[in-house]
Amino acid sequence: MKYGLQFRDVFAAWEAFLDGVLITLVLSFAAMLGGLLIGISFAAGRVYGPPILRRIVVIYVDVIRNTPLLVQLFLIFFGLPSLGVRLDGMTAAIIALVINLGAYTTEIVRAGLEAVPRVQIEAGSSLGLSNFQVFRYVVLFPALKAMVPALASQFVLLMLATSIVSQISVPDLFHAASIVQSRTFRDFEVYTVIGVLYLALAFLFRGIFALLYQRAFARR
Amino acid sequence: MIRSFGMIDIFYLLAAARWTIMLTVVAFLGASLVGITIAVFRVVPFWPLRWFAVGYIQVVQGTPLLVWLFGLYFGLSILGFPVNPWFAAAVAFSAYGGAFLGEIWRGALVSIAKTQWEAGASLGLSFFEQLRYVIVPQSVRVAIPPTVGFLVQLIKNTSLAATIGLVELTREGQLTSAATFRPFVVYLTVAALYFLMCFPLTQWSRSLERKLHGAR
Repeated sequence: MKYGLQFRDVFAAWEAFLDGVLITLVLSFAAMLGGLLIGISFAAGRVYGPPILRRIVVIYVDVIRNTPLLVQLFLIFFGLPSLGVRLDGMTAAIIALVINLGAYTTEIVRAGLEAVPRVQIEAGSSLGLSNFQVFRYVVLFPALKAMVPALASQFVLLMLATSIVSQISVPDLFHAASIVQSRTFRDFEVYTVIGVLYLALAFLFRGIFALLYQRAFARR
Repeated sequence: MIRSFGMIDIFYLLAAARWTIMLTVVAFLGASLVGITIAVFRVVPFWPLRWFAVGYIQVVQGTPLLVWLFGLYFGLSILGFPVNPWFAAAVAFSAYGGAFLGEIWRGALVSIAKTQWEAGASLGLSFFEQLRYVIVPQSVRVAIPPTVGFLVQLIKNTSLAATIGLVELTREGQLTSAATFRPFVVYLTVAALYFLMCFPLTQWSRSLERKLHGAR
């Protein structure tokens, strides 16, 4: 059987794709913001906190990083209602993404903080700087510089991973695929278009992060 | 009547975990073949191949695995292949994992000093002989810890095969949860089984990495 590729009907459904892109962007930004907050506070707890806090952070990071995002999402969306916590798809998706990304950013921020040599911190204190001043003027900048590239690639991976939320019927970009697919029966064309759109988003993200990095760190 | 979640369900989930491991093995073998090719293309002194490998990595690392799974699941039938979730998953994971392994292994190859290549060349070895006898044996040590780390990613990613109906651990979890109406316990068990598979590998990868840095 000969199969001719036909994109016209798929392109005609551009509004569905646009709606999906917007949801994907909202999910990505919410998760990046939440994940970064968790990452910074948990990494600070991991590096500077008391032993009990360190243990808790280590357990959180290990548990999340060794289980699939899809299962975490199902546990929150399908599992929590039996404990009396009922969440709509979008909320469950954001919570799952934030918890998941938080574990990875914690590791990245921790590595960034520990990349600053001990002797520099000691040099700072010996100049009479307070703990906060040491953090602000000695640790923060090189630590950020070390962690930003890793954070950027983690964020791109996260943006791509948001496609998983379509499995709990959140109307993101990947969900748009199944809508257009059932309307046009052009399976292969639909997934090609979706793939190209995700690729464009990934390049956009990489471009923005590269620009930010250059702006903040290039000439120093 | 709705049956409750009991020992028998745990055995079913354990049995399904076999298919997760099976799929991981198939995916890793396929991804290794693609990965070796891409890594070698990246270092070959012939720019069209290098550009191809760079483009391949950029495209694959810029698209979600789900798109590959669904696109191949629905797209392979156009080329006349039977629509089979195992076949689609094997091809998708090979293509997807190959890009990541290719990048990891390229990193290992270029971590070897340029003088090693030159020493090989001055002994009259061809490019592939330099690669085979001088560079690869030294870079394997560097490549192993991140490869084991990638294996953990692969195990977790096989859960996505559930979305095209391949019955592995996550899909079995969905079926069990539908049969028992105990989603919380079921998915907690599923997560625990994934953890039991992934955590030892994570620890192993860490200890390998420490040894590597200790040796240097």
